[in-house]
Amino acid sequence: MDAPTDKKLSVKVRHRLGRIELSADFEVNGGITALIGPSGAGKTSVLQTIAGLLKPDWGYIATESRVLLDTERSINLQPEERRVGMLFQDGALFPHMSVARNVAYGLHPRPRSHRERDARVADLLKRFRIEGLASAKPSRISGGERQRVALARAVATSPEILLLDEPLSALDSVTKGHVSAELSQWLEELGLPSILVSHDFADVVGLADHVAIIEDGHLVQTGSKNDVLRRPASAFAAAFAGINFFPGTAEARGHHTEVRSPDGVVMVSTDTLTGSVGAVIHPWDVSLSLHKPESSAMNLLHGPVLQLSEVGSIVRVTVGSTPPIVAEITAESVERLSLALNRMVYASWKAAATRLVAQDGMV
Amino acid sequence: MATGTRADGPAAVHVAKSNLRLQGALAATAAGVAVAVLVLFIALPLIALFAKTPPSMFWAQLHSRVAIDALKVSMQTSVVSLACIVVFGTPVAYLLGTKRFPGRSAIVTLFELPLVLPPAVAGIALFAAFGRFGILGAQLRTVGIELPFTWVAVIMAQSFVALPFFVRQASAGFASIDAHLMGVSRTLGAGSARTFFRVAIPLARQSLSAGAALSWARALGEFGATALFAGSLQGTTQTLPLAIYDQFSAADLDAALAMSALMVAFSAGILAAVKVITRSSSW
Repeated sequence: MDAPTDKKLSVKVRHRLGRIELSADFEVNGGITALIGPSGAGKTSVLQTIAGLLKPDWGYIATESRVLLDTERSINLQPEERRVGMLFQDGALFPHMSVARNVAYGLHPRPRSHRERDARVADLLKRFRIEGLASAKPSRISGGERQRVALARAVATSPEILLLDEPLSALDSVTKGHVSAELSQWLEELGLPSILVSHDFADVVGLADHVAIIEDGHLVQTGSKNDVLRRPASAFAAAFAGINFFPGTAEARGHHTEVRSPDGVVMVSTDTLTGSVGAVIHPWDVSLSLHKPESSAMNLLHGPVLQLSEVGSIVRVTVGSTPPIVAEITAESVERLSLALNRMVYASWKAAATRLVAQDGMV
Repeated sequence: MATGTRADGPAAVHVAKSNLRLQGALAATAAGVAVAVLVLFIALPLIALFAKTPPSMFWAQLHSRVAIDALKVSMQTSVVSLACIVVFGTPVAYLLGTKRFPGRSAIVTLFELPLVLPPAVAGIALFAAFGRFGILGAQLRTVGIELPFTWVAVIMAQSFVALPFFVRQASAGFASIDAHLMGVSRTLGAGSARTFFRVAIPLARQSLSAGAALSWARALGEFGATALFAGSLQGTTQTLPLAIYDQFSAADLDAALAMSALMVAFSAGILAAVKVITRSSSW
């Protein structure tokens, strides 16, 4: 699953952030690590510290070959010396430069002639399939194209680490699936240690190999994606682990995409991805009813209630359908439906709530 | 208040409605009158200026020695003032617009002071600092520098009053740049200087040019501070506004009118340029 690589990044940070004390120690060994957590937990600050845009009260950041920051030894490389590529949610392209100029901005090593520069930029544009946009201004291209340009621009600097700050959250749900699939392929090709910050579980499932969960400035759990999904160590991790995830094969059918799971169940999605996919359904998008719903929801499963667990005013209901699915509904709804263990219920959700993420190698 | 919304019957509703209509008509009339009064108040003097200056007289007066000297002094000093303001003001505006540091708001307030200060007070203040008996006067004199009543004094007076126009506009422009763009530039290998010139300056260029145009207009029109600190010596420190006052005092109304008309044209031109700059957005 991990791209075979000996590249490594060690991060140790202590920093006072308003009311919380950021305190995070972790290592990234190639592949993509997702740093997830509630908003305000300090995710973005960790990225900014690694990039050198934020100087922490105390910290140590090193790659295999270089120390980027060591406050105890007064080492603090400037952002431009760190070789850390950063991708922001909207791409953060320079609006006053063409796509080609954006990509040429940080070419490393520095080209010795205009000719060499143009050739290298042309190569990058081709590699990221944006050669047609060379002279376009960023305001004239789509969100997905912007992310490709941003990635090409970051790769042009020959970075040793890639940081992705909510790279997909500015995209609409249809584009998101494509860009996520593309991004995951490119990141794997690049084989750089990458850190992804996101609040969207579907992004994480689609892109990351490892997960680090940060809450109130503290890392509460790190591990492989599957480990964290199987053994969540905190409420937030549990919510993350509580998402419904079904692998399957996707195929276009008219305006929709149908996903067939290994046990033959078909789910409908509005995302347009085909081939081997994972279907992500957030539990809060799933409705429960005692009778077959007449709503426009296109996905329906039937089974007995296996588990009811209360989390505040929300109840997580596990339905023993094929495949089993988890719904999160209010305590009032539980009462209204008089849900009890073994009661047969229908779980339904809209096609738009089936989020598809590309699957490669992940089981 | 009187036309309550809680009317009790159709008749009451009708009365309330016609009452409202009447109020609306009155308000519209009042606003119309106010607009007419103000437009006339501002436009009439300007029109009069040109009406009193027929083109033949305009050209003749502008060829007088006084007018030519004043025009030359005005152009030279205001352009040098503008250059000083832009060169020193841009980094300051960048700092004020993008960084938070202790004492920042004190500096912002200090730079706003010349906006509200009477120009004559600015002139006296400059005199008290750099004049012959000013706090730096003795030191300046020992190194052979005497500032008051020189060309340099004109530039100092103009820069003093015109600086805030540039710094305010420019720092607002820098402040409106997406911080991610500056950060991303650094991670792409550009140092802070390169980031400043390749990202910050181009992205703030509209505010920078608008601010420069406004402060140039202010420098051109400077009168009070210049009069007190630099005097009114023809060919050296006598700028157009000072020449206008001089000619007016000497009862040469025609010359004063011609130079005034010229200044109105300049100011209108600069204002139009500012409008064009701030309206055009190329991305």
